[in-house]
Amino acid sequence: MSGRPGGGAMFPIRIRGLRHAPNGRELLSGVDLELGDEGITVLLGPNGAGKTLLLRALCGLLVPSSGTLDWGGGARPERGVMMVFQNPMMLRASVLANAVLGLKPLNLSRHDCSSRGMAVLERIGLAHRAQDSARQLSGGEQQRLALARAWLTSPRLLLLDEPTASLDPSATAEVERIVREIRTDGTRILMVTHNLGQATRLADDIVFMSGGRVHEHTPARRFFSRPQSDEARRFIQGELPWRMSF
Amino acid sequence: MAHELLKRIRVAVLGVVLAAAAQAATAAESIVLASTTSTEQSGLFGHILPIFEKTSGISVKVVALGTGQALDVGRRGDADALLVHDRAAEDKFVAEGYGSYRRDVMYNDFVVVGPTADPAAVKASSDTSDAFRRIAGKGATFISRADKSGTHAAELRFWKAAAIEPVGQSWYKEAGTGMGPTLNMAAGVDAYTLSDRGTWANFKNRQNLAILYAGDSKLFNPYGAILVNPERHPHVKKAAAERFIDWLTSDAGREAIASYRIGGEQLFFPSPR
Amino acid sequence: MFASTLTDAIRLLAALDHRVAEIVGLSLQVSGGAVVLGTLIGLPLGACIAVGRFRGKAGVSVLINALMGLPSVVVGVVVYLFLSRSGPFGAFGLLYTPLAMVVAQTLLVVPLMAAIARQVVEDAWQRYAEELQVMRFTWWQSVTTLLHDCRHSLLVAVLAGLGRAMSEVGAVMIVGGNIDRATRVMTTAIALETSKGDLPLAIALGIVLIVLILALNAVAFGLRHWAMRRYG
Repeated sequence: MSGRPGGGAMFPIRIRGLRHAPNGRELLSGVDLELGDEGITVLLGPNGAGKTLLLRALCGLLVPSSGTLDWGGGARPERGVMMVFQNPMMLRASVLANAVLGLKPLNLSRHDCSSRGMAVLERIGLAHRAQDSARQLSGGEQQRLALARAWLTSPRLLLLDEPTASLDPSATAEVERIVREIRTDGTRILMVTHNLGQATRLADDIVFMSGGRVHEHTPARRFFSRPQSDEARRFIQGELPWRMSF
Repeated sequence: MAHELLKRIRVAVLGVVLAAAAQAATAAESIVLASTTSTEQSGLFGHILPIFEKTSGISVKVVALGTGQALDVGRRGDADALLVHDRAAEDKFVAEGYGSYRRDVMYNDFVVVGPTADPAAVKASSDTSDAFRRIAGKGATFISRADKSGTHAAELRFWKAAAIEPVGQSWYKEAGTGMGPTLNMAAGVDAYTLSDRGTWANFKNRQNLAILYAGDSKLFNPYGAILVNPERHPHVKKAAAERFIDWLTSDAGREAIASYRIGGEQLFFPSPR
Repeated sequence: MFASTLTDAIRLLAALDHRVAEIVGLSLQVSGGAVVLGTLIGLPLGACIAVGRFRGKAGVSVLINALMGLPSVVVGVVVYLFLSRSGPFGAFGLLYTPLAMVVAQTLLVVPLMAAIARQVVEDAWQRYAEELQVMRFTWWQSVTTLLHDCRHSLLVAVLAGLGRAMSEVGAVMIVGGNIDRATRVMTTAIALETSKGDLPLAIALGIVLIVLILALNAVAFGLRHWAMRRYG
């Protein structure tokens, strides 16, 4: 999509010593990570590794106990970071109205909104259902709509939290196609998934987290053939046999 | 969609407000008359006001309250004229400058109402004071309006004349309400009470109640009309209100009052000139 | 006694004259106007309290909930004092007009509608807050979005307001004056007929009132049902 806001000063994002310990329970214990300005980075790791918390810290929903987040040498930009949640909300309104929801803060004309909305619905294959109720869509369709909603705001960085967690293979494939298209459009993507097959299909690089820490950050191909850390090796071996089956 | 909805609501509000404003404005000329529940509930206004409106083109909006409340409303300037029945309070109202003048309009009388079984033998009373003494002596339940109305003021005068202090007695119940509700209460518990004849005549839920004592000249109940002082409240519709008061005391008005009857019984008598 | 009163009431209903229709019409106008104003004020107010983050929020919620039980007579007296010729708004001459009744009933229904709206919107806000925050919604944009999204549930608030307005007698009696053919509505007419001891007529009017509220509720319920199926 066009009209990207924020300029180019957002990358690289440097995360240094990010700690989050509400009420003394340490959930993030010193995350260090650097993200360049393109590609799809997949966050892998067992449950409780702190992957979702990291996404939440990046989009400003979580204020860490300590550590720094540096966005290309400055503070986090006002716009340009968007997140799609695991169970995205759907307003009691039409598919189109849900698609253009993210444009509301931009105060565009109604006509402008709906023509942009129709364009994005076209790209995710839901244009024919624009006037239907969003809550009547299937899970996969709702997830696609949530992606479209984020896409329409032309984010520089898009955070995805297990976007295909409860979807069947064909719906998953559809979501992956859209994620690739968003990336081709120039959006930096950071996504959490437990689906290793999906990680191999989408990831340019992999960040492996465990116990609130980043254990390694390597190109995807190398991660799966020669993981650096013991934790990652055991994680892949424990998961690979059944996850690779589809 | 939200805008659409808001727009529709805005139009609806405007409509309601305009309709209300229009309703307030359409009645070409109208005055507010603060009067008593006894006159309203007797049905008198339903009989005489249409006659006045037809001859004058002025519509009279009656707010029915106790006499005390009606005088308060006049004092605040919320009515143009008053038709009430508490002579002492009315004279004070005019003397204090709240009213321009007071005119005698009509009278009816009070009646002592009670259960037909009449445990206090009020029927055999020699005069009003005797009737009230009998009720107190027997300790029979008596329901007082206790609402600063003209009837309430009259009732307190009668107790005083009978040298009885009823307030605080177990048989004396202070209702704090209009004539009709007081009669409803008396009917519900077979109690005595004092009523004006008009309300009683028009009252339908009598159950065991009946008039037990009436006719003493002390039970005479005069009504006076007062023009709210336009010098104090400049918005008072002086001309229209005066026209109404003049009509009430004219031959035509007196005839209208005298011709109101329930079951053949005349309820209000024009005051002698 | 009771049975005969009831049969009389039903007989009277069959012969409803245009006077009764006038009274019913004014009731609908006054209470309808109050509910429309209450909707415009109360629902956004409730939503603002639900979405807003400010000191004393709990106190405000408790206050609004408590005001739901505000006696209509108290509202009536307060509005009377304001609209009286001797009061601050006396110059408008609104006392004893339908507009005064609309004002009083609006004050009566706003806390009720705001309290229900606060509860409804707060539940939705908990579900949506983070995503709207990520989309950089302003506080007011969140309020309007939530109000629109909760519109079917908020119908309950509107109905509650309508019920309260149509059934209250204390406020309209004081500020309207129960003037025949000008400010007499169903509840004040019922009070008057009861005063006159004409219980059958009072009950007949009461039946009309209940049937009316019932019909409005049925229509609203049907609408809501339809909309829920449409939008989930």
